Amino acid sequence: MNKIGERLFNGIIRENPTFVLMLGMCPTLAVTTSAINGLGMGLSTAVVLALSNAIISALRNIIPDKVRIPAFIVVIASFVTMVQLLIQGYLPSLYASLGIYIPLIVVNCIILGRAEAYASKNPVIPSFFDGIGMGLGFTLALTIIGAVRELLGSGSVFGNTVMPESFTPIGIFVMAPGAFFVLAALTAAQNAIKNHYESKGKKSKIINVDALGSGCASDCTACGETGCSYRREEMIVETETETVEVVEEVVETDDLEIIDLDKEGDE
Amino acid sequence: MLQIKDLMILMIGTSLVSNVVLSQFLGLCPFLGVSKKTDTALGMGVSVIFVITLSSAVTGVIYKFLLVKFGIEYLSTIVFILVIAALVQFVEMFLKKFVPPLYKALGVYLPLITTNCAVLGVALNNVQYKYGILAGIVNGLGTAVGFTIAIVILAGLREKMARNHIPEPFKGMPHVLLTAGLMAIAFCGFSGLL
Repeated sequence: MNKIGERLFNGIIRENPTFVLMLGMCPTLAVTTSAINGLGMGLSTAVVLALSNAIISALRNIIPDKVRIPAFIVVIASFVTMVQLLIQGYLPSLYASLGIYIPLIVVNCIILGRAEAYASKNPVIPSFFDGIGMGLGFTLALTIIGAVRELLGSGSVFGNTVMPESFTPIGIFVMAPGAFFVLAALTAAQNAIKNHYESKGKKSKIINVDALGSGCASDCTACGETGCSYRREEMIVETETETVEVVEEVVETDDLEIIDLDKEGDE
Repeated sequence: MLQIKDLMILMIGTSLVSNVVLSQFLGLCPFLGVSKKTDTALGMGVSVIFVITLSSAVTGVIYKFLLVKFGIEYLSTIVFILVIAALVQFVEMFLKKFVPPLYKALGVYLPLITTNCAVLGVALNNVQYKYGILAGIVNGLGTAVGFTIAIVILAGLREKMARNHIPEPFKGMPHVLLTAGLMAIAFCGFSGLL
């Protein structure tokens, strides 16, 4: 029982897939134009995640190691198709607003990532609850982001107007650019938290600071051996050359100066 | 019968007006991960053009002559993802064996594209909007060209910004995302084109 609670806490807060790990950012940005869309997308992903984790865990000793990724993808794609057909049948309006992003749950890093990192190594029950925890964490994050964007962009939450008459909606927040700005603010907050803990050399009890911002948005590599790129090493060796190091040096030498936009012209 | 004019409009629409990364948010991982330098960004872009155009042709044929014929359209997600993964592997092996110079240029990017959501997204869009095989290929090409334009511009901007002083919390991803957001606003301007 303790294990189940630990898994749920881990998924919802300690390693929240969106706020901490930054996995699966494509759907996060695309569907969070309103709180209800975020909630629908989050719950669909949670269902797929929990069921595919359970099945993959049950099959973990049968699937040969070499073909595990295609095997996982088939399991995940089957559940996604089921969820898609159910939403299409029972919630047509949600289906219309989420559209192509429902079948795209297949390529969401979170699902393949959890299959690879947890379900393929652990028994069925903890894997199932790992999926539920991660799924609820994802749902929570998507709903919050959706609510914030809806509040700023159209002055309402879940379709109920909450802002006073005098508030002029900042329309850009429900459009595509707004998603990038919201995510930029989110990652900046993560960096600030990470820097705070690192400068004091302490560990947080609530969130896993080491995993902060380690997912898709920080770098494709972070999806680990799965997802975007399970053969990234070759790639890094060839592409990540001096540029990065030079940048860091420059930044380190004069850490606290204000942004000097004119300076770029001198290079 | 589709006319050349319609195909041109489709091409401009998918590459600029509803840009795959900046307005549909597909393929964000490589967009953010491989945009540190202009030449790697261009390499990634060319590989994406190659793979998406090829995969929209293959999935288009499979959809029309297998799935529709046997009435199993609901299997499209499963079939497409497996076909795309196998196709990318096959292209990689083919290039390695027969076109080594091209493999050298594109090889490192190919495995990255396997589960790129843009590839599956294009295949599914082609089905959803009921494009035929030719229109599907043009849609794929346009989408991939749009991806390339966006990633090369972002890489150029990042090379410039690399030497600027950025406040501590905004180092790394946040400032790149802000840049992408500003680019998305700029690309909104293209909506007047059509």
